[in-house]
Amino acid sequence: MSTMTAQATQVYEVYIKATPQQIWDAITKPEFTEKYFYGSRVSMTNDDYLSVAGNGEALVRGKVIETDAPNRLVHTWRALYDPETAAEEDSRVTWEIESQEGGYSKLRVVHDQLEGAPKTALSVAGGWSYVLSGLKTLLETGQPLAG
Amino acid sequence: MDDDRIFKALADPTRRHLLDRLFERDGRTLTELESELEMTRFGVMKHLRILEDAGLVVTRRQGREKLHHLNPVPIRLVHDRWIDKYTEHRVAALADLKNELEETA
Repeated sequence: MSTMTAQATQVYEVYIKATPQQIWDAITKPEFTEKYFYGSRVSMTNDDYLSVAGNGEALVRGKVIETDAPNRLVHTWRALYDPETAAEEDSRVTWEIESQEGGYSKLRVVHDQLEGAPKTALSVAGGWSYVLSGLKTLLETGQPLAG
Repeated sequence: MDDDRIFKALADPTRRHLLDRLFERDGRTLTELESELEMTRFGVMKHLRILEDAGLVVTRRQGREKLHHLNPVPIRLVHDRWIDKYTEHRVAALADLKNELEETA
């Protein structure tokens, strides 16, 4: 629907029974991301965040703004999987991982600065919940989400 | 996060209404939310607290303001745990029935 809009600041939070380091690895290493992030392989250098599909096509490209492993990662986000989102301005993703009691960690993902990227905002609005649910399932059971 | 808190939080029309308001536009202060509801500030605070405890609402500080955001992840978890499982079963059962009827036809 063309009239639908999504928030320019989106906040997602999930508690996962895992250490901050395990979560950090799961969001920055391709062998983990391909199991829950729409099959994409994420790789990170000091400067770049890159997500690539199984067929080698670049899906998301970003610049790393801040890294404080295993608690905080900030990078820009440009969705290349659709020409319309690829033409929009960069947005920003902040991952915050905080150790909790009982072997749990809290993961908060803030996707903001989406004012100049309304199509990206709409595209990721349903996606983050799916991705984070899959990440939780993978870390807690060792299995990807069924389906 | 346990399922009980999520189901209890959702089992109230005012709280579902609050979630719908936040779905339309989130990142709102208590004062903004209060102005849209026929309810005292204390009442809105109480309901927001229950939604926060269930993880359905998360807050973020911006300067002196506390902004409330809808967090859809728990609803997704409930969906994956409690809805997918049963709807998939029904779909599979219908597919089996179709196969069976077509084979015997």
